[in-house]
Amino acid sequence: MSVMSEFIKGIYKENPVFRLALGLCPVLAVSTSISNAIGMGAATTFVLLSSNIIVSLLMLLFSKILSEDGQKSINKIRIPMFIVVIASFVTIVEMVMSAYFPILSESLGIFIPLIVVNCIILGRAEGYASKNPLIPSIADAIGMGIGFTLALIAIAFLRELLGSGTLLGQNIMGGGFKPVLLMILPPGAFLVIGLYLALLNWLDLRKKES
Amino acid sequence: MEYGIFQIIILSIFINNFVLARFLGLCPYMGVSKQLDSAVGMGMAVTFVMTIASLVTWLLYTFFLAPTYQNIFYTLFSTPIQNVPDLTFLRTIVFILVIASLVQFIEMYIQKVSPTLYRALGIYLPLITTNCAILGVAVLNIDLFFADGLPKDSSFIHTLVQAFSAGIGFTLVLVLMAGIREKLELANIPKPLQGLPIAFIVAGLMSIAFLGFSGMNIK
Repeated sequence: MSVMSEFIKGIYKENPVFRLALGLCPVLAVSTSISNAIGMGAATTFVLLSSNIIVSLLMLLFSKILSEDGQKSINKIRIPMFIVVIASFVTIVEMVMSAYFPILSESLGIFIPLIVVNCIILGRAEGYASKNPLIPSIADAIGMGIGFTLALIAIAFLRELLGSGTLLGQNIMGGGFKPVLLMILPPGAFLVIGLYLALLNWLDLRKKES
Repeated sequence: MEYGIFQIIILSIFINNFVLARFLGLCPYMGVSKQLDSAVGMGMAVTFVMTIASLVTWLLYTFFLAPTYQNIFYTLFSTPIQNVPDLTFLRTIVFILVIASLVQFIEMYIQKVSPTLYRALGIYLPLITTNCAILGVAVLNIDLFFADGLPKDSSFIHTLVQAFSAGIGFTLVLVLMAGIREKLELANIPKPLQGLPIAFIVAGLMSIAFLGFSGMNIK
Protein backbone atom coordinates (compact mmCIF):
# COMPACT_ATOMS: atom_id res chain seq x y z
CA MET A 1 0.00 0.00 0.00
CA SER A 2 2.65 2.51 1.02
CA VAL A 3 4.86 1.61 -1.94
CA MET A 4 1.85 2.13 -4.19
CA SER A 5 1.14 5.55 -2.70
CA GLU A 6 4.80 6.58 -3.13
CA PHE A 7 4.42 5.63 -6.77
CA ILE A 8 1.09 7.41 -7.30
CA LYS A 9 1.98 10.69 -5.59
CA GLY A 10 4.48 11.76 -8.25
CA ILE A 11 1.90 11.55 -10.99
CA TYR A 12 -0.66 14.07 -9.78
CA LYS A 13 -0.55 15.13 -6.12
CA GLU A 14 3.16 16.00 -6.10
CA ASN A 15 3.74 16.29 -9.82
CA PRO A 16 7.33 17.60 -10.11
CA VAL A 17 6.51 20.09 -12.87
CA PHE A 18 3.01 21.37 -12.12
CA ARG A 19 2.97 21.08 -8.32
CA LEU A 20 6.57 21.45 -7.18
CA ALA A 21 7.68 23.65 -10.15
CA LEU A 22 11.00 21.77 -10.40
CA GLY A 23 13.07 21.16 -13.51
CA LEU A 24 11.36 23.80 -15.61
CA CYS A 25 14.21 24.55 -18.02
CA PRO A 26 14.11 21.23 -19.94
CA VAL A 27 10.31 21.15 -19.75
CA LEU A 28 9.95 24.46 -21.57
CA ALA A 29 12.83 23.92 -23.96
CA VAL A 30 12.13 20.45 -25.38
CA SER A 31 8.33 20.46 -25.40
CA THR A 32 8.11 21.55 -29.05
CA SER A 33 7.05 18.06 -30.13
CA ILE A 34 5.74 14.95 -28.41
CA SER A 35 8.61 12.75 -29.60
CA ASN A 36 11.13 15.13 -28.02
CA ALA A 37 9.04 15.14 -24.85
CA ILE A 38 9.04 11.33 -24.66
CA GLY A 39 12.79 11.17 -25.29
CA MET A 40 13.57 13.73 -22.59
CA GLY A 41 11.12 12.08 -20.17
CA ALA A 42 12.68 8.66 -20.70
CA ALA A 43 16.23 10.00 -20.27
CA THR A 44 15.31 11.84 -17.07
CA THR A 45 13.41 8.85 -15.67
CA PHE A 46 16.40 6.59 -16.31
CA VAL A 47 18.80 8.96 -14.53
CA LEU A 48 16.32 9.49 -11.69
CA LEU A 49 15.78 5.76 -11.20
CA SER A 50 19.46 4.78 -11.36
CA SER A 51 20.64 7.59 -9.10
CA ASN A 52 17.88 6.88 -6.57
CA ILE A 53 18.91 3.21 -6.48
CA ILE A 54 22.62 3.96 -6.06
CA VAL A 55 22.07 6.73 -3.49
CA SER A 56 19.69 4.58 -1.44
CA LEU A 57 22.10 1.62 -1.49
CA LEU A 58 25.12 3.82 -0.70
CA MET A 59 23.44 5.36 2.32
CA LEU A 60 22.39 1.89 3.52
CA LEU A 61 25.97 0.67 3.12
CA PHE A 62 27.40 3.66 4.99
CA SER A 63 24.95 3.22 7.85
CA LYS A 64 26.05 -0.46 8.12
CA ILE A 65 29.83 -0.17 7.90
CA LEU A 66 30.68 3.26 9.27
CA SER A 67 30.94 4.43 12.85
CA GLU A 68 28.91 7.40 14.04
CA ASP A 69 31.79 9.84 13.36
CA GLY A 70 32.29 8.43 9.90
CA GLN A 71 28.61 8.93 9.12
CA LYS A 72 28.83 12.53 10.25
CA SER A 73 31.71 13.29 7.92
CA ILE A 74 30.01 11.44 5.04
CA ASN A 75 26.97 13.63 5.66
CA LYS A 76 29.04 16.74 5.01
CA ILE A 77 30.12 15.63 1.54
CA ARG A 78 26.89 13.92 0.52
CA ILE A 79 25.78 16.58 -2.01
CA PRO A 80 28.99 16.44 -4.11
CA MET A 81 28.78 12.65 -3.88
CA PHE A 82 25.22 12.65 -5.24
CA ILE A 83 26.25 15.02 -8.04
CA VAL A 84 29.02 12.65 -9.14
CA VAL A 85 26.60 9.70 -9.16
CA ILE A 86 24.06 11.70 -11.21
CA ALA A 87 26.69 13.05 -13.62
CA SER A 88 27.98 9.54 -14.33
CA PHE A 89 24.52 8.33 -15.31
CA VAL A 90 23.95 11.45 -17.42
CA THR A 91 27.19 10.69 -19.27
CA ILE A 92 25.92 7.16 -19.96
CA VAL A 93 22.65 8.59 -21.32
CA GLU A 94 24.56 11.11 -23.43
CA MET A 95 26.73 8.43 -25.03
CA VAL A 96 23.87 5.96 -25.60
CA MET A 97 21.67 8.66 -27.13
CA SER A 98 24.29 9.94 -29.54
CA ALA A 99 25.10 6.37 -30.59
CA TYR A 100 21.60 4.95 -31.03
CA PHE A 101 19.25 7.97 -31.39
CA PRO A 102 21.32 10.58 -33.25
CA ILE A 103 18.28 12.59 -34.45
CA LEU A 104 16.75 12.80 -30.97
CA SER A 105 20.12 13.66 -29.45
CA GLU A 106 20.55 16.43 -32.02
CA SER A 107 17.17 18.00 -31.26
CA LEU A 108 17.53 17.75 -27.46
CA GLY A 109 20.98 19.34 -27.80
CA ILE A 110 22.56 20.76 -24.65
CA PHE A 111 19.59 19.71 -22.54
CA ILE A 112 20.96 16.16 -22.29
CA PRO A 113 24.11 17.18 -20.36
CA LEU A 114 21.93 19.63 -18.45
CA ILE A 115 19.96 16.73 -16.90
CA VAL A 116 22.73 16.89 -14.27
CA VAL A 117 21.43 20.22 -12.95
CA ASN A 118 17.76 19.24 -13.18
CA CYS A 119 16.57 20.00 -9.65
CA ILE A 120 14.14 17.04 -9.63
CA ILE A 121 16.97 14.50 -9.65
CA LEU A 122 19.15 16.04 -6.94
CA GLY A 123 15.98 16.91 -5.04
CA ARG A 124 14.75 13.29 -4.98
CA ALA A 125 18.22 11.90 -4.20
CA GLU A 126 18.71 14.29 -1.28
CA GLY A 127 15.11 14.58 -0.10
CA TYR A 128 13.92 11.01 -0.56
CA ALA A 129 16.40 8.29 -1.56
CA SER A 130 19.04 9.22 1.03
CA LYS A 131 16.53 8.71 3.84
CA ASN A 132 14.51 5.75 2.59
CA PRO A 133 15.13 2.07 1.81
CA LEU A 134 15.56 0.71 -1.69
CA ILE A 135 12.04 -0.38 -2.71
CA PRO A 136 10.21 2.88 -1.83
CA SER A 137 13.04 4.83 -3.49
CA ILE A 138 12.51 2.89 -6.71
CA ALA A 139 8.75 3.50 -6.55
CA ASP A 140 9.35 7.19 -5.86
CA ALA A 141 11.75 7.52 -8.80
CA ILE A 142 9.44 5.76 -11.26
CA GLY A 143 6.43 7.78 -10.07
CA MET A 144 8.27 11.08 -10.30
CA GLY A 145 9.74 10.13 -13.69
CA ILE A 146 6.31 9.24 -15.08
CA GLY A 147 4.84 12.43 -13.61
CA PHE A 148 7.59 14.47 -15.26
CA THR A 149 7.10 12.69 -18.60
CA LEU A 150 3.31 13.15 -18.49
CA ALA A 151 3.68 16.86 -17.74
CA LEU A 152 6.11 17.20 -20.65
CA ILE A 153 3.71 15.35 -22.95
CA ALA A 154 0.78 17.51 -21.81
CA ILE A 155 2.67 20.69 -22.72
CA ALA A 156 4.09 19.25 -25.93
CA PHE A 157 0.60 18.04 -26.98
CA LEU A 158 -0.80 21.59 -27.09
CA ARG A 159 2.34 23.12 -28.57
CA GLU A 160 2.74 20.55 -31.35
CA LEU A 161 -0.97 20.44 -32.17
CA LEU A 162 -1.37 24.21 -32.44
CA GLY A 163 2.15 25.06 -33.55
CA SER A 164 2.57 22.62 -36.41
CA GLY A 165 -0.82 20.89 -36.68
CA THR A 166 0.65 17.43 -36.08
CA LEU A 167 0.88 14.87 -33.28
CA LEU A 168 3.92 12.55 -33.21
CA GLY A 169 4.58 13.71 -36.77
CA GLN A 170 1.10 12.64 -38.01
CA ASN A 171 -0.94 15.38 -39.66
CA ILE A 172 -4.04 15.99 -37.51
CA MET A 173 -5.43 19.35 -38.44
CA GLY A 174 -5.60 18.87 -42.22
CA GLY A 175 -4.20 20.94 -45.04
CA GLY A 176 -6.31 24.06 -44.53
CA PHE A 177 -4.98 24.64 -41.00
CA LYS A 178 -2.57 27.55 -40.60
CA PRO A 179 -0.11 26.66 -37.81
CA VAL A 180 0.18 29.15 -34.94
CA LEU A 181 3.93 29.52 -35.25
CA LEU A 182 4.12 31.32 -31.90
CA MET A 183 3.34 28.06 -30.08
CA ILE A 184 6.54 26.29 -31.12
CA LEU A 185 8.61 29.42 -30.59
CA PRO A 186 9.80 30.14 -27.02
CA PRO A 187 6.83 32.39 -26.00
CA GLY A 188 4.39 29.52 -26.60
CA ALA A 189 6.10 27.43 -23.92
CA PHE A 190 5.74 30.16 -21.29
CA LEU A 191 2.10 30.83 -22.17
CA VAL A 192 1.09 27.14 -22.23
CA ILE A 193 2.69 26.30 -18.86
CA GLY A 194 1.20 29.48 -17.34
CA LEU A 195 -2.27 28.48 -18.48
CA TYR A 196 -1.84 24.88 -17.28
CA LEU A 197 -0.77 26.11 -13.82
CA ALA A 198 -3.75 28.48 -13.74
CA LEU A 199 -6.10 25.62 -14.69
CA LEU A 200 -4.76 23.42 -11.85
CA ASN A 201 -5.09 26.33 -9.40
CA TRP A 202 -8.64 26.88 -10.56
CA LEU A 203 -9.52 23.19 -10.04
CA ASP A 204 -8.01 23.31 -6.53
CA LEU A 205 -9.92 26.46 -5.64
CA ARG A 206 -13.17 24.93 -6.85
CA LYS A 207 -12.59 21.78 -4.82
CA LYS A 208 -11.87 23.86 -1.72
CA GLU A 209 -15.07 25.89 -2.13
CA SER A 210 -17.41 22.93 -2.57
CA MET B 1 29.55 31.36 -40.37
CA GLU B 2 32.02 33.09 -38.06
CA TYR B 3 30.85 35.91 -35.83
CA GLY B 4 32.88 38.82 -34.55
CA ILE B 5 32.90 40.00 -30.95
CA PHE B 6 30.19 42.63 -31.47
CA GLN B 7 27.85 40.07 -33.08
CA ILE B 8 28.42 37.64 -30.21
CA ILE B 9 27.49 40.34 -27.68
CA ILE B 10 24.26 41.26 -29.50
CA LEU B 11 23.41 37.59 -30.11
CA SER B 12 23.80 36.47 -26.52
CA ILE B 13 22.16 39.49 -24.87
CA PHE B 14 19.15 39.98 -27.14
CA ILE B 15 18.61 37.43 -29.90
CA ASN B 16 19.50 34.21 -28.06
CA ASN B 17 18.74 35.58 -24.61
CA PHE B 18 19.55 32.88 -22.09
CA VAL B 19 16.24 32.97 -20.28
CA LEU B 20 13.70 33.96 -22.90
CA ALA B 21 15.05 32.15 -25.96
CA ARG B 22 17.25 29.34 -24.60
CA PHE B 23 15.26 28.54 -21.43
CA LEU B 24 18.31 28.43 -19.17
CA GLY B 25 18.26 29.66 -15.58
CA LEU B 26 14.50 29.66 -15.16
CA CYS B 27 14.56 28.75 -11.45
CA PRO B 28 16.28 31.99 -10.34
CA TYR B 29 14.31 33.88 -12.97
CA MET B 30 11.05 32.83 -11.32
CA GLY B 31 12.36 32.63 -7.75
CA VAL B 32 14.45 35.78 -7.29
CA SER B 33 12.44 38.22 -9.41
CA LYS B 34 10.05 39.42 -6.72
CA GLN B 35 12.18 42.39 -5.64
CA LEU B 36 14.39 44.70 -7.66
CA ASP B 37 17.33 44.71 -5.20
CA SER B 38 17.67 40.96 -5.03
CA ALA B 39 17.27 40.70 -8.81
CA VAL B 40 20.25 43.01 -9.32
CA GLY B 41 22.33 41.05 -6.77
CA MET B 42 21.48 37.70 -8.33
CA GLY B 43 22.19 39.00 -11.83
CA MET B 44 25.61 40.27 -10.81
CA ALA B 45 26.47 37.02 -9.03
CA VAL B 46 25.44 34.95 -12.06
CA THR B 47 27.42 37.13 -14.49
CA PHE B 48 30.50 36.88 -12.29
CA VAL B 49 30.34 33.10 -11.82
CA MET B 50 29.46 32.51 -15.49
CA THR B 51 32.54 34.37 -16.70
CA ILE B 52 34.93 32.62 -14.30
CA ALA B 53 33.35 29.21 -14.88
CA SER B 54 33.67 29.65 -18.65
CA LEU B 55 37.31 30.63 -18.30
CA VAL B 56 38.13 27.59 -16.17
CA THR B 57 36.13 25.09 -18.22
CA TRP B 58 37.66 26.37 -21.47
CA LEU B 59 41.16 25.89 -20.06
CA LEU B 60 40.32 22.41 -18.76
CA TYR B 61 38.73 21.36 -22.03
CA THR B 62 41.58 22.59 -24.21
CA PHE B 63 44.53 21.49 -22.07
CA PHE B 64 43.18 18.35 -20.51
CA LEU B 65 40.12 16.79 -22.13
CA ALA B 66 40.40 17.41 -25.86
CA PRO B 67 43.20 15.68 -27.83
CA THR B 68 44.69 18.94 -29.14
CA TYR B 69 48.28 20.04 -29.59
CA GLN B 70 47.85 22.07 -26.38
CA ASN B 71 46.91 18.98 -24.37
CA ILE B 72 49.23 18.58 -21.38
CA PHE B 73 49.89 14.93 -22.23
CA TYR B 74 51.36 16.16 -25.51
CA THR B 75 53.21 19.23 -24.22
CA LEU B 76 54.50 17.99 -20.87
CA PHE B 77 54.81 14.22 -21.23
CA SER B 78 55.53 14.28 -25.00
CA THR B 79 53.00 11.54 -25.73
CA PRO B 80 52.69 11.11 -29.50
CA ILE B 81 49.62 13.06 -30.67
CA GLN B 82 47.73 9.93 -31.83
CA ASN B 83 48.10 8.44 -28.33
CA VAL B 84 46.81 11.49 -26.46
CA PRO B 85 43.65 10.28 -24.70
CA ASP B 86 40.37 11.76 -25.92
CA LEU B 87 38.58 12.52 -22.66
CA THR B 88 35.87 14.74 -24.13
CA PHE B 89 33.16 12.32 -22.97
CA LEU B 90 34.00 13.26 -19.37
CA ARG B 91 32.87 16.83 -20.11
CA THR B 92 29.66 16.74 -18.06
CA ILE B 93 31.19 15.19 -14.93
CA VAL B 94 34.28 17.42 -14.99
CA PHE B 95 32.35 20.62 -15.65
CA ILE B 96 29.74 20.15 -12.93
CA LEU B 97 32.39 19.28 -10.35
CA VAL B 98 34.54 22.23 -11.35
CA ILE B 99 31.58 24.61 -11.22
CA ALA B 100 30.40 23.33 -7.84
CA SER B 101 33.84 23.67 -6.26
CA LEU B 102 34.47 26.97 -8.00
CA VAL B 103 31.32 28.46 -6.50
CA GLN B 104 32.40 27.29 -3.03
CA PHE B 105 35.85 28.76 -3.58
CA ILE B 106 34.54 32.10 -4.87
CA GLU B 107 32.22 32.32 -1.87
CA MET B 108 35.10 31.74 0.57
CA TYR B 109 37.37 34.17 -1.29
CA ILE B 110 34.83 36.99 -1.45
CA GLN B 111 33.94 36.52 2.21
CA LYS B 112 37.59 36.96 3.13
CA VAL B 113 38.53 39.75 0.74
CA SER B 114 35.47 41.96 0.44
CA PRO B 115 32.80 41.70 3.13
CA THR B 116 30.73 44.39 1.36
CA LEU B 117 30.59 42.40 -1.86
CA TYR B 118 29.86 39.29 0.18
CA ARG B 119 26.87 40.95 1.79
CA ALA B 120 25.59 41.89 -1.66
CA LEU B 121 26.19 38.55 -3.43
CA GLY B 122 26.76 36.05 -0.62
CA ILE B 123 23.31 34.58 -0.22
CA TYR B 124 22.91 34.06 -3.98
CA LEU B 125 26.14 32.15 -4.49
CA PRO B 126 25.04 28.77 -3.06
CA LEU B 127 21.93 28.91 -5.24
CA ILE B 128 24.09 29.22 -8.33
CA THR B 129 25.66 25.74 -8.20
CA THR B 130 22.56 24.04 -9.55
CA ASN B 131 21.70 26.91 -11.89
CA CYS B 132 21.55 25.38 -15.35
CA ALA B 133 22.63 28.66 -16.95
CA ILE B 134 26.19 28.22 -15.64
CA LEU B 135 26.66 24.66 -16.89
CA GLY B 136 24.67 25.65 -19.97
CA VAL B 137 27.04 28.44 -20.94
CA ALA B 138 30.06 26.18 -20.38
CA VAL B 139 28.61 23.46 -22.62
CA LEU B 140 27.45 26.00 -25.24
CA ASN B 141 30.93 27.52 -25.43
CA ILE B 142 32.31 24.11 -26.30
CA ASP B 143 29.54 23.46 -28.83
CA LEU B 144 29.90 26.82 -30.55
CA PHE B 145 33.60 27.63 -30.39
CA PHE B 146 35.13 24.19 -30.89
CA ALA B 147 34.97 22.19 -34.10
CA ASP B 148 35.73 18.44 -33.81
CA GLY B 149 37.37 18.98 -30.44
CA LEU B 150 39.74 21.66 -31.75
CA PRO B 151 39.39 25.31 -30.69
CA LYS B 152 38.37 27.67 -33.48
CA ASP B 153 40.15 30.98 -34.13
CA SER B 154 40.17 33.28 -31.07
CA SER B 155 37.80 30.87 -29.32
CA PHE B 156 39.17 31.88 -25.93
CA ILE B 157 38.18 35.55 -26.32
CA HIS B 158 34.83 34.58 -27.85
CA THR B 159 34.15 32.25 -24.93
CA LEU B 160 34.76 34.99 -22.38
CA VAL B 161 32.71 37.53 -24.35
CA GLN B 162 29.82 35.12 -24.76
CA ALA B 163 29.82 34.19 -21.07
CA PHE B 164 29.92 37.79 -19.89
CA SER B 165 27.24 39.02 -22.25
CA ALA B 166 25.02 36.01 -21.51
CA GLY B 167 25.26 37.08 -17.87
CA ILE B 168 24.37 40.65 -18.79
CA GLY B 169 21.38 39.39 -20.81
CA PHE B 170 20.28 37.29 -17.82
CA THR B 171 20.57 40.32 -15.51
CA LEU B 172 18.64 42.49 -17.97
CA VAL B 173 15.59 40.21 -18.16
CA LEU B 174 15.73 39.45 -14.42
CA VAL B 175 15.65 43.17 -13.58
CA LEU B 176 12.88 43.85 -16.13
CA MET B 177 10.85 40.98 -14.69
CA ALA B 178 11.38 42.22 -11.12
CA GLY B 179 10.13 45.66 -12.14
CA ILE B 180 6.99 44.16 -13.65
CA ARG B 181 6.35 41.86 -10.70
CA GLU B 182 6.66 44.69 -8.19
CA LYS B 183 3.85 46.43 -10.06
CA LEU B 184 1.88 43.16 -10.33
CA GLU B 185 1.72 42.98 -6.51
CA LEU B 186 -0.68 45.92 -6.62
CA ALA B 187 -2.74 44.70 -9.57
CA ASN B 188 -6.05 42.94 -9.24
CA ILE B 189 -5.33 39.49 -10.68
CA PRO B 190 -7.95 36.69 -10.86
CA LYS B 191 -7.32 34.19 -8.07
CA PRO B 192 -6.29 31.13 -10.12
CA LEU B 193 -3.68 33.20 -11.97
CA GLN B 194 -1.99 34.62 -8.88
CA GLY B 195 1.66 33.71 -8.24
CA LEU B 196 3.49 31.52 -10.73
CA PRO B 197 0.89 31.38 -13.56
CA ILE B 198 0.84 35.14 -14.11
CA ALA B 199 4.65 35.23 -13.86
CA PHE B 200 4.86 32.68 -16.68
CA ILE B 201 2.40 34.62 -18.81
CA VAL B 202 4.40 37.82 -18.24
CA ALA B 203 7.54 35.90 -19.23
CA GLY B 204 5.74 34.76 -22.38
CA LEU B 205 4.87 38.33 -23.31
CA MET B 206 8.46 39.45 -22.64
CA SER B 207 9.64 36.58 -24.79
CA ILE B 208 7.39 37.79 -27.64
CA ALA B 209 8.97 41.22 -27.28
CA PHE B 210 12.47 39.72 -27.40
CA LEU B 211 11.47 37.68 -30.45
CA GLY B 212 11.42 41.03 -32.26
CA PHE B 213 15.21 41.21 -31.92
CA SER B 214 15.63 38.09 -34.07
CA GLY B 215 14.72 40.23 -37.09
CA MET B 216 17.89 42.25 -36.57
CA ASN B 217 20.41 41.94 -39.37
CA ILE B 218 23.80 41.80 -37.64
CA LYS B 219 26.12 40.71 -40.41
